[in-house]
This record gives sequence, structure tokens and C-alpha cells, in this order.
Amino acid sequence: MKSAVLVFPGSNCDRDMAVALERVSGRKPKMVWHKEAELPLGVDLAVVPGGFSFGDYLRSGAIAARSPAMRAVADFAARGGMVLGVCNGFQVLTEAGLLPGALMRNAGLDFLCKPVELIVEETQSPFGRGYEAGARIRLPIAHHDGRYVAEAETLDRLEGESRVAFRYAEEVNGSERRIAGILSENRRVLGMMPHPERAIEAILGGVDGLPMFETLTQEAA
Amino acid sequence: MKARVHVSLKPGVLDPQGAAVAHALGTLGFEGVKGVRQGKVLDLDLDETDPEAARAQVDAMCRQLLANTVVETWRVEILN
Repeated sequence: MKSAVLVFPGSNCDRDMAVALERVSGRKPKMVWHKEAELPLGVDLAVVPGGFSFGDYLRSGAIAARSPAMRAVADFAARGGMVLGVCNGFQVLTEAGLLPGALMRNAGLDFLCKPVELIVEETQSPFGRGYEAGARIRLPIAHHDGRYVAEAETLDRLEGESRVAFRYAEEVNGSERRIAGILSENRRVLGMMPHPERAIEAILGGVDGLPMFETLTQEAA
Repeated sequence: MKARVHVSLKPGVLDPQGAAVAHALGTLGFEGVKGVRQGKVLDLDLDETDPEAARAQVDAMCRQLLANTVVETWRVEILN
């Protein structure tokens, strides 16, 4: 699998993501600076990593979403390319309009940094195929603005089209319907607040992120 | 020409920061604060000299960047 990881000023999970991608796919991803207007040729997966792009100025992800590299990601997604946005990357994808809704300040106002239990709600996409439907997995979260909100009809549509990918097993940050991650209409774009790239080896506390990178690699083969 | 943009949360969008501010006001002894909604104000300094053109320009800026239309509304004020 050829992958690309976007890098913004303030990204801080880009290198963790690169390690996860290389470990599973066997290929180093290309790191793409936000000013680049095109993705490397032949890329199968574009990743928008976690962090605090542009210092979270204006709104989390707002400035990054308008960068040249994100315009390239939008074109890539429109052509059916696979896009993964984690944490700040999820915020960027919603700000860019690639996914519906918005991510707002956690209901309890705390920055939350801990492993959480998630329910796998979707197993048809290249992101969810490696999990059993309804499986409970553990991934770390680390965010201040993770409360997913959208209008009721948008939420109903997401549920109806089985586009809720992951749900918090317990109330975590006040997200509507405990949504932790959602898919685009074509199921090729996933945004999620928890960090699968931080759960790829037991010594780091778990390996529940591995199946996602494995099925993405298979999908690209 | 100067313009001021007021960005506020749509009604019904939960505002835990506003709620925390309201709580703190109560702690200070200010009674009868029924609610606080936190927003933001942006002051823009523009080349444009026509008020209506400036308003249209700032409106477009709000739609594309300054506000998140999913959860926020805005009001544009032309200041001079």
C-alpha cells in the first residue's frame, strides 16, 4: 500500500501514524507538507493525522481544512481514494466538508487522555472489515474537542446508512449518540477521534488498531 | 473600511464553556444570570470602500472560513 500522511504546523501524531503504516504495509508513507497542492502519484490512502494543526486557531482543524494539501485530499476522495482522519484529522475532515457534522469542546471541558472502550458498528468498509461486528475494542483518546454534533436528520441518516463506524461503549465526551467515528457515503473516508495508530503493539498497551491497518493494506493490494 | 463579525453558536447547540462562565458568575455573587452563550468577535480591516460590497465580501468569508455553518451563525457589522 502506498500511503501519504499530511503534516501541518502543529501536527504531532504524524510520525506515530507513519510508524504504524510502515509496520503493517511494509512501505514508508510519503509525508506531505500542507503547502503541497498534490498528493504523491499512485497513493492508495491519505491520512490526516492528530495534533493541533495551526494551534487550533479559529476552530480545531479550520485552518488546515483550507490548505492546498487538503484540497488535494478532497479531489482524491472525490475520485474514490481512501482517506483516514484521526483526532485532529477528523476535525479537519469535518471542517473541509468531507464528513458531516462538527467536533466541539468536550462536554465536561476536560482534555481527555485515556484508553476507552469502543463498539465496532460497521464491518463493510476497508477500515472496519478486520473487526467482528459488535466487537469491543480498546483505543486511546487524547482530545479536547471531541464532542461530535450534527443535526438530528444527519445523525439519523448516518445511522440508517450504517455509517457510524465506532461508538464509545460508555459516555466519554458528550458526543451525540456516543459517536466516535463516521464514514463518508462511499465508505472510503473515515474520521475518528480515538487513535488506532497508538494501538499497534502490546508494549504500548494494545493492538486493537492493527486490524484497520491490515485491511487497508489488503484493500490497496 | 472596517467590519466586525459576531460569530455565535446556533440555538440548541450545547455550550459547556458558556455554562461554566455562568456558573462562575454565580460564584462571584452575580445573581439572576439565566444563561451565558460564548461566541467570538473578529475585526477585519478591508481595502473595500463600498459598505454593501464589503458586507457581501465578509459574508462570503464567514461562509467559507470564519464560521462553521454546522453549528454557528454570524452577523456582520460595517463599522465605517
